[in-house]
Amino acid sequence: MQRSRLRRRLTDVPFIQVENLTRVFDVSRPWLERLTQRTPRQYLAAAANVSFAIGRRETFGLVGESGSGKSTIARMIVGLIPPSGGSVVIDGTPVTVQVHSAARQQARRRVQMVFQDPYSSLNPRWRAFDIIAEPIRAFRLCSNQSATKTRVEELLHLVGLDPMDGLKYPHEFSGGQRQRIAIARALASQPEFIVCDEPTSALDVSVQAQVLNLMRDLQDRLGLTYLLISHNLAVVRHMASRVGVMYLGRIVEMAPSKELFRNPHHPYTRMLLDAVPHLDRGRTHGEAVVGEMANPLDPPTGCPFHPRCPHVNERCQVEPPRLITAGSSSVSCHAVEERRI
Amino acid sequence: MRIQRDVMNAEHGSRLNFSAQRGSLLRLLDSDIVFSFRQSKVTVLAALVTVAVVLGAVLAPWIAPHDPFDLKTLSLLNAHMPPAWAKGGDLSFALGTDDQGRDILSTILYGSRLSLAISITSVAFAATLGIALGLIAGYLGGPIDALIMRVADVQLTFPAILIALLIDGTAHALFGQYRAESAPIWVLVLSIGLSFWVQYARTVRGLTFVERNKDYVLAARLIGIRPAAVVIRHILPNVISPVLVIVTINLALAIILEATLSFLGVGLSPTQPSLGTMIRIGNNFLFAGEWWIAIFPGITLAALALSVNLLGDWLRDALNPKLR
Amino acid sequence: MNRPVLSLRDLSVAFSQRHRTVVAVNNVSFDIARGEVLGVVGESGAGKSLTASAIVGLLEPPGRLVGGEIRLTGQRIDGLSPEAMRRIRGKRIGMVFQDPLTSLNPLYRIGDQLVETIKAHTRFQGIEARRRAIALLTEVGLPAAEARIDNYPHQFSGGMRQRVVLALALAGDPELVIADEPTTALDVSIQAQIIALLKRLCRERGTAIMLITHDMGVIAEAADRVAVMYAGRIVEIGAVSDVIKHPLHPYSVGLMGSIPSLDSDLDRLLQISGSMPRLNSIPSGCAFHPRCPRVFEPCSRSHPQLSALGQSRVACWIYDDAAKSAEAALDRRTVHSG
Repeated sequence: MQRSRLRRRLTDVPFIQVENLTRVFDVSRPWLERLTQRTPRQYLAAAANVSFAIGRRETFGLVGESGSGKSTIARMIVGLIPPSGGSVVIDGTPVTVQVHSAARQQARRRVQMVFQDPYSSLNPRWRAFDIIAEPIRAFRLCSNQSATKTRVEELLHLVGLDPMDGLKYPHEFSGGQRQRIAIARALASQPEFIVCDEPTSALDVSVQAQVLNLMRDLQDRLGLTYLLISHNLAVVRHMASRVGVMYLGRIVEMAPSKELFRNPHHPYTRMLLDAVPHLDRGRTHGEAVVGEMANPLDPPTGCPFHPRCPHVNERCQVEPPRLITAGSSSVSCHAVEERRI
Repeated sequence: MRIQRDVMNAEHGSRLNFSAQRGSLLRLLDSDIVFSFRQSKVTVLAALVTVAVVLGAVLAPWIAPHDPFDLKTLSLLNAHMPPAWAKGGDLSFALGTDDQGRDILSTILYGSRLSLAISITSVAFAATLGIALGLIAGYLGGPIDALIMRVADVQLTFPAILIALLIDGTAHALFGQYRAESAPIWVLVLSIGLSFWVQYARTVRGLTFVERNKDYVLAARLIGIRPAAVVIRHILPNVISPVLVIVTINLALAIILEATLSFLGVGLSPTQPSLGTMIRIGNNFLFAGEWWIAIFPGITLAALALSVNLLGDWLRDALNPKLR
Repeated sequence: MNRPVLSLRDLSVAFSQRHRTVVAVNNVSFDIARGEVLGVVGESGAGKSLTASAIVGLLEPPGRLVGGEIRLTGQRIDGLSPEAMRRIRGKRIGMVFQDPLTSLNPLYRIGDQLVETIKAHTRFQGIEARRRAIALLTEVGLPAAEARIDNYPHQFSGGMRQRVVLALALAGDPELVIADEPTTALDVSIQAQIIALLKRLCRERGTAIMLITHDMGVIAEAADRVAVMYAGRIVEIGAVSDVIKHPLHPYSVGLMGSIPSLDSDLDRLLQISGSMPRLNSIPSGCAFHPRCPRVFEPCSRSHPQLSALGQSRVACWIYDDAAKSAEAALDRRTVHSG
């Protein structure tokens, strides 16, 4: 009885827990300029009170347009930049940006990242072998040269490349192949969690299909957990089991993937889905797409979406909505709360 | 246009693909850089001249007919002899002798040694200092960057020769006149080097700013690589190629700067003359009709500086498409 | 006038490299009628942008036109002098490129750039030109055009800038607009607005539009007909609904299948093995044959020509009856002998 309760408690705690993650950037002009021109300090709230959880072997999709803050969230989760508020806990261990302790190094092993641009995510002066071997050497995972060589060849094979490709430089590969090398590098430290920041946005459609299929296969084989960040809704639909939609630094809706796409609640989600060009939908449009995302330096009061929202009322202009959870979905919208839509 | 670059890269990439098995030397010989080198006659000529002077300088102890620095072998009887083809010349003193009886040809060979040694050392010093400061300023940013750049700005307001004179003069005052009209070589290296480091620092700093935000640097930081290792192993190889161009141009400038300092009398002593010193000595005798003492070293100096400059020009153009 | 606005016949573009000549656009032919939107779709390196550059005479050396004809409303423009081409660009052909940041001169107000174009290519001058500029900006949906006409490009967001670029392209009242990846750098919601704008302008002004993109979704929303390019050639061309719902060429089939959709729930995306060949190593015969799931004997020998099949045209041996019957005959013989 006790053991099953313990097991249940262990599985209750999600693998990744993000709580109220906030990040504010100080983008003020240099102090001399501020002094002479009397301009106040300027702050950019890139992310505000973002919370979500990811279970083991799950793929969580974070969707949003540029300026929504999704890349900032990604970088905070992997520990590249410190949060201004909130916390990230991975398997019970909080992520800190405190540098160079043995414990932190151990923690780094478990989380890796795949970046968007395959042209700048690989050092152009390094051979593919060294690029993939770097994490192995940094974490001292192999005892000698030949063990490292075997492991790198194994990884190249795992991502569908030839072991001889290790001798080439990045410019000798195509975009899709470079992304495979980036994935091999991410896998080199045997991580459990990989954050993928727009991994296929820079790739052609057929190459994207190859890379997405590869990511799926690797997830099944190695039991990986993914945080997939993308502006491409179809890709997120295909890969993620749960999706969070971000707008101007906040999560506005979060739900299991099928449900979100079949029955979106938040007006922004609806607008986004409607704007996606459909192959077989023909030429009809639902709700019209209006306006543009506000400047994050000067966000609207109340609900950040209200200037573009077809269901705006007075409360929306003044009071920011809270995230309300109903079952497995959450929405942050007054109109939904008041059952107006 | 991006497409055209892709086509070029495709060409280049597939050629490398094919020849990956052929060995890296063959690959180098077949590469675009060597091809553009062979295409330009001027560059090949410049390279030949440079190699000739450098070889002459390196092999001086073995190929020079006399040793001009060994005061015991000099004889005033041999002084003021014209070149071998003129009346009164001697074949053993092929280009004539100066006022001390030194063979001009041998002095050119030995003097080039000094000129090259000093200029190469000072450029190496300037480059190391400049690259290091540039990397630090570019990677760390903030107040350290501001400090280094302000120092660089201040220094740029002075012409190189003034800085060199300043350091030289200070060294003289500090260490006294223990050797009249001479300066230890290290003072020369220091003064020339300190007047050149700024351009390296600025160039490297700008490029470091760009590279530091790239994803491959983030990926390295992600696995916990320490900042020093990130800078040296990841960023440095990517910012180094413009530096190569600056080095060649600097070499030419350093040679001339050393010659200028020697000409002005704050360089090497007349008993160990470099090309510049010889020109200075020869200057006194130009109007007496003994032109060979100044002209031959002058031609050598000009040819060397010009050749190195032309090589630098070619290198900049050859590296450019890849930089773009 | 039923003459097509743009007519390409066997257009070819090649690059001379050190050791060889690489053909980047190979015998491309199509027409665009008045008021029609033709989508040109293909992956990077397929030759779409090069085709556009060739049409407007902006090919950069070492690329050059090595064959074919380009006709703008019946008049041949491929052999014209650079000066004559310059007059045609802007007046009769408008261009919209991918990155609005680099299409607009950051040092000039958008009003200045618009007015300059209007004065150069139309009869409007002076205050008339400014009024016309304001009208154009309003037509492309820029709010408060009269106030914002004196702003600099950096004061606009990406979507707004792209609208300004559209206005610039339309300033000379062109017969043809070439849009090269006009929405790729924009967010999804802005993308939808720009596509709707393009279609509306095309309808109202009767401009022909050549829309180049790698995004099939944009084609589905905006285009009437679509040409699929692969390795420098057109492999299929037809009405948008036909090509999307019933693709004929195996590459088109693979392309449509590899696009994830918002509705279906596949476990794996259809994937075409390998990648598009580099231009200097295009396979003999049909360029797609090494990756084709339906490859057979004639595919490696010679390249199929674009031939009509229903309303579309497709370049594939599968649909060539002569090839198929020859293959069938071969099969019969091997069966008999074996």
